[in-house]
Amino acid sequence: MSKIRKKILPYFLVSPYLGHLLVFTTFPVIFSLFLTFFKWNIIGPMEWTGFSNWERLFSDRLFWQAILNTLKFLIIHIPLQIIVALALAEVLNQKIILRGFFRAAFFLPVVISGVVITMMWQQLLGFETGVINRMLVSIGLGKVGWLINPDVAMVSIAIMATWKNVGLYVILFLIGLQTVPRQYYEAADLEGATHWQKFINITVPIINPTIFMVVVLSTIGGFSLFIEPYILTQGGPLNSTLSAVLYIYKQAFEYYHMGYSATLGVFFAFLIVVVVLIQKKYIETVT
Amino acid sequence: MKLLKKILLYTILTAAALSFIYPFIWMIMASLSPEHDINSLILFPSEFTIDNYQSMISKIPIGRALFNSTFVATINTGFSLIFSSMVGYALSRMDFKGRNLIFFIIIFTMTLPFLITLIPNYILMVKFGWIDTYLSLTVPFMISAFAILMFRQAFMGLPQAIIDAARIDGCGELRIIFTILWPNIKPTIIMVGILAFMASWNEVLWPLIVIREEQLMTMPQLVTLFAVGGRAEAQIGVKLASAVFLAMPIIITYLFFQKYFIQSMATTGIKD
Repeated sequence: MSKIRKKILPYFLVSPYLGHLLVFTTFPVIFSLFLTFFKWNIIGPMEWTGFSNWERLFSDRLFWQAILNTLKFLIIHIPLQIIVALALAEVLNQKIILRGFFRAAFFLPVVISGVVITMMWQQLLGFETGVINRMLVSIGLGKVGWLINPDVAMVSIAIMATWKNVGLYVILFLIGLQTVPRQYYEAADLEGATHWQKFINITVPIINPTIFMVVVLSTIGGFSLFIEPYILTQGGPLNSTLSAVLYIYKQAFEYYHMGYSATLGVFFAFLIVVVVLIQKKYIETVT
Repeated sequence: MKLLKKILLYTILTAAALSFIYPFIWMIMASLSPEHDINSLILFPSEFTIDNYQSMISKIPIGRALFNSTFVATINTGFSLIFSSMVGYALSRMDFKGRNLIFFIIIFTMTLPFLITLIPNYILMVKFGWIDTYLSLTVPFMISAFAILMFRQAFMGLPQAIIDAARIDGCGELRIIFTILWPNIKPTIIMVGILAFMASWNEVLWPLIVIREEQLMTMPQLVTLFAVGGRAEAQIGVKLASAVFLAMPIIITYLFFQKYFIQSMATTGIKD
């Protein structure tokens, strides 16, 4: 092989990536920042508007409600996810038969499209005829307005999202739990430690990296909440399930406010990075 | 005490497993029931019917959508495997200027929230004239940072002797990658393949944005619009039939290959 060919070859191999990166990542990021200073409906000419998109963002009550809704979703979803996933992983980590079956069952919703999951739960959570309310009534309890009560609707979505994703985190925790050396538990047993003490003092510190990973993954996933409210409620009732992504989507593709929705996108992406960095700092200092 | 603990463990596990499986069974049964039977707690309908499926097929081009989804997912998976292994190979097995920089950029782009590129990418599709074409569903997804990292990792674990021997036999680098090295990293190929296929198959936000023409819609998009639009005429059974149709290919594949699914998704933590 000639020397020049040998020099060029690696660049030839990485060229598809570099081309793709330039067109679909680098340019869009720069263009996004650029767009935040323009008003544009994509068909007409672009109109320079200075900082007015940014001013509008800070006074746009609906956008801030969408951010708060998304945070509300995360505050319910993440702890619930960690508790349920850890509990199920802990149970699966015991000596049990059919472990493979249970693992596969927990994981099933993870592989199914969110569209299917949402349509299914839409029926289960229905007010008059939904299966869950019927069960509640049959054991003598009242109906719950899972999707029609503005105080409850986001909680329902958070529970549903947890149900969909928890199987993945069970597996991640299970892998983490298997790295805890048996001798630690045996030593603690000799000291007469309770189950709970062993869990808090041995298990949690060792699987801490997994906890961090789960927090970050479900934060990033949760921030992109879109299809669930899109199908279930279209952001209602009373905008209580309007997620940030759904709002950005509506601004761009229902009202064609390209400049403004790009501004929202840039701001929201920045917010995600900040939240993840804070979580990292916090989890590092706690342990 | 020991027995009590065992009983408790299995009760928890069975209850959990039921809660994950029951809704799917309910959905399949409901899609096979006449409309007035749906939403009863009883699992078995008074009579089985395929009316809902016939009605769905007459209302939306679901067969075409199945083709579109399969076609798009196959193209994306194929190209992703080819391009990502080329880059992964260069990064792990070759020494060149800028290698570390490219590696750093790959890691950096993975942390970049997709929202920052969403709107400009839509504008690109409009300007390229790719709205309502397969190009908008495939070209932006033909390479993935994550797949590159997995291939890099896999290639790093192979002995240099394989590559040297192939070079002495006069193999070019592309032939080395695809005919000599690929057979040695089958697990990685399966994992990357499953992830790429699933990501494409389940994607719904992007198709909603770039496809308006019904004949070109992917399954999740078509089913979503069917669920929120008025065409199902508020009939639950028909909507559920379309959801079952959308879920079935993955459920069946999952039944046979669940180990690979779990393995690949656990290595990434990626969700749809």
